[in-house]
Amino acid sequence: MPVESVYPALEPLLPRVRKPIQYVGGEVGSVTKDWDSADVRWALCYPDAYEVGLPNQGIQILYEVLNERAGVLAERTYTVWSDLEALMRENGVPQFTLEAHRPVGAFDVLGVSFATEMAYTNLLTVLDLAGIPLYSAERTDGHPLVIAGGHAAFNPEPVADFLDVVVLGDGEQAVLAITDLIRDWKQAGQPGGRDGLLLRLSKVAYVPRFYDVTYHPDGKISKVIPNHPDVPFTVSKYTVMDLDAWPYPRQPIVPVAETVHERYSVEIFRGCTRGCRFCQAGMITRPVRERSITTIGSMVANGVAASGFDEVGLLSLSSADHSEINEIAVDLADCYEGTNVGLSLPSTRVDAFNVTLADELSRNGRRSGLTFAPEGGSERMRKVINKMVTEEDLLRTVTTAYASGWRQVKLYFMCGLPTETDADVLAIAQLARRVIAAGREAAGRRDIRCTVSIGGFVPKPHTPFQWAAQCPPEVVDARLRALGGALRADRSYGKAIGYRYHDGQPGLIEGLLSRGDRRVGGVILAAWRDGARFDGWSEHFSFERWQRCAEAALAGEPVDLAWYTTRERDYSEVLPWDHLDAGLDRDWLWQDWQDSIAPEGSGVAAEVEDCRWTPCYECGVCPAMGTEIQVGPTGERLDGRRLLPVVGGR
Amino acid sequence: MAEPAPTRPAVQHLVVRYAKRGKMRFASHRDVARAFERGVRRAGLPIAYSAGFTPHPKISYAGGAPTCVASEAEYLSLALTVRQDETQVCQRLDAALPDGIDVIEVTEGAGIDGKPSAGHHPGAAPSGGFGHLEASQWRVVLPGVGPAAAQRAVAGFLALGEAPVERLTDKGVRRLDARAAVVEMNVVEMNVVEMGSTTADPDDGQHAVVTGYEDCAILRMVVLHTAPAVRPEDVLTALREQAGIVPSSPPMTTRLEQGPRARLAGEALLTGEKGS
Repeated sequence: MPVESVYPALEPLLPRVRKPIQYVGGEVGSVTKDWDSADVRWALCYPDAYEVGLPNQGIQILYEVLNERAGVLAERTYTVWSDLEALMRENGVPQFTLEAHRPVGAFDVLGVSFATEMAYTNLLTVLDLAGIPLYSAERTDGHPLVIAGGHAAFNPEPVADFLDVVVLGDGEQAVLAITDLIRDWKQAGQPGGRDGLLLRLSKVAYVPRFYDVTYHPDGKISKVIPNHPDVPFTVSKYTVMDLDAWPYPRQPIVPVAETVHERYSVEIFRGCTRGCRFCQAGMITRPVRERSITTIGSMVANGVAASGFDEVGLLSLSSADHSEINEIAVDLADCYEGTNVGLSLPSTRVDAFNVTLADELSRNGRRSGLTFAPEGGSERMRKVINKMVTEEDLLRTVTTAYASGWRQVKLYFMCGLPTETDADVLAIAQLARRVIAAGREAAGRRDIRCTVSIGGFVPKPHTPFQWAAQCPPEVVDARLRALGGALRADRSYGKAIGYRYHDGQPGLIEGLLSRGDRRVGGVILAAWRDGARFDGWSEHFSFERWQRCAEAALAGEPVDLAWYTTRERDYSEVLPWDHLDAGLDRDWLWQDWQDSIAPEGSGVAAEVEDCRWTPCYECGVCPAMGTEIQVGPTGERLDGRRLLPVVGGR
Repeated sequence: MAEPAPTRPAVQHLVVRYAKRGKMRFASHRDVARAFERGVRRAGLPIAYSAGFTPHPKISYAGGAPTCVASEAEYLSLALTVRQDETQVCQRLDAALPDGIDVIEVTEGAGIDGKPSAGHHPGAAPSGGFGHLEASQWRVVLPGVGPAAAQRAVAGFLALGEAPVERLTDKGVRRLDARAAVVEMNVVEMNVVEMGSTTADPDDGQHAVVTGYEDCAILRMVVLHTAPAVRPEDVLTALREQAGIVPSSPPMTTRLEQGPRARLAGEALLTGEKGS
């Protein structure tokens, strides 16, 4: 049955909204397939504004993986800003995809990628504008399946009632497995209806409605158990084991509108085993799987030629840790010397070697700024979070940077970490002054800058800090104010030290949404009904609204906002995500948590090395998931003359 | 210490006439500029770069049609470091751009129609190498406005000595005299447009999209490129305020031509006559 474009109805609304170009599609790299020749149709959604959602790697990869399949169609949809939302409601225009402006409600699947919990209210906007009932239980055979993935989906419980299916981990193979199951079910005449399909999908993904959650009188979870005999007790994450076999994106979507990242990005490896205790991404994406230098080289060559971007980002959780990063940097810099194509390494550890890499990659261009993330202000704090960086490391790194011509160094920190005191945060001021003093000496000039950037820490599921009490926003804000005062106190550093910070209040709501259970769904719905939109944008976020809605929605429960956030959990408590398996051994996580806060006798947190270079410390992921570390070196090199666009294949 | 990349000198300047059509009418000047920078790289053209630590591709733009306004006559010039065949550049660049940002013609040099960029009109907007683009011919489709009402409004507007209007910009309220910039304006007769379907227009051969409106007037106007610029929307503001012309949904505006004032004024008259 043909599906009509909503564009004729949308077009007259566009002159009345801000940046209408974001709603029209037509980007180089986008694909419009014939509706009727597809038997499984996905609408892929990044639930934030186009400018943020378009560059998202996850969506771009899945878009290509799906569209490359015969009989499968994938289009994209993003959250519309409030100006267009109001006009769409007024004029009866439903949520649409950008490729062919088809109504999202006509697709088989609405696939939503959650990079952050703060996008949950945007999911409700998308569902509502699409005409899809908000609650999974209210949907019928004619409605799309609402499937979520992304890092936030490792605890989907706060939005579990709004989702039909949740995929944990890498999406490449998962979307194809789901596609096959949907096609088979359709071809078999849709046996069992919507529940029949969900039952089939429960073998490869998490279907929240097949699990019942019961609570103790004190509000803690008693049990999470399947309510159907064929549904597994736990659901495991997906892990792609050969990144070279999945060289996506090959044909990046090149936006016409301005977006937050204007570059071609290649993920040079996935996973991280540095073991930073606060880092959810590092815990849930294990083990490390490198992409080979030759695949990276051909992806860069193809991607630049196909997109016309003049910047290449070499992405990962800690890019300098690739076993052949030196060769990658030198060879790519050679290949692109004198071409006006810029190379960047967005995520860098505090390590002098990173400066050498940055020097290589910036051969063509200006050395403006470098960013490092010591995360903790004092050495004690950095041991607690297992970020093994000494003050000498940091000073050596930044002096190397200033000496080789970098003018500005940005340092990232967190506030409100477990066991933190005022002194740990104030230590940042001292550190910044030492950085400037050492830098002025090394550079032989005074016009260097250091910017301190700091935000509140939010404990995340599947990390050693998942049991921690979140620091209350009043305490975070007081420490941030004190740090600001300390940074300004010494006039001799004047404008050399910059200070940027994020208020504590949004972090508390992020904490509620991160570690919440299904009862938090009512809070999200109440906040959305009250007008919450784009909560990840400070100018749209209202703490007062969330506080009020949490109070109202949880009024009949023995729990409240503080219970979900600033309360420390103990070992025996059933956590809302315990039935969702990222492979991490719960006892290992608990021991790592204990090692960080209450180490035996020493008073100093115990450190964990990286298993790429030291023996396995048994976090549990590899045996549980049947995976293994995949690192080089391969010994290959990139040669400019050989670095020709070649289409990779699996 | 990094050195800026050495720059190669430009040996050829090409003038590109392009269109902003269909969905791409919603692109802003900056969106179009980004698309061209990427398009030039995708097409593999030997574009010259400015010197310095942050080199920019040498592309200069004649004043672009506003966001939401379509155009059949936008201009830019490219500086190339290796001589290229104009027809080849036209094809390669067009293939490398999003559909709707369409390259129409590529010619050598800074002028169009073989005319040098001399004869800068007094009061014309500053424009690097595009001084001969003194005026634009616009077509405005006004949904829900009857031709007779439009005729009366146009006659009334042309009889005015001045038509002060205000436009809200990012920098605040801007006051303009809409009448002073309008050289000609007329209502195109209805038989030019076939109602109820996407129609071909005799001028540009395509993209005059008028669908499903029972009643709609089509204006043609020739507007000088003054500083500050008077846009078709400013003229429509005057028509609304002076004659109560209020379209039932947003007007569809297309720039049909840019060029010397004398030539455009003649053409507008011709097409107006052709329509009646």
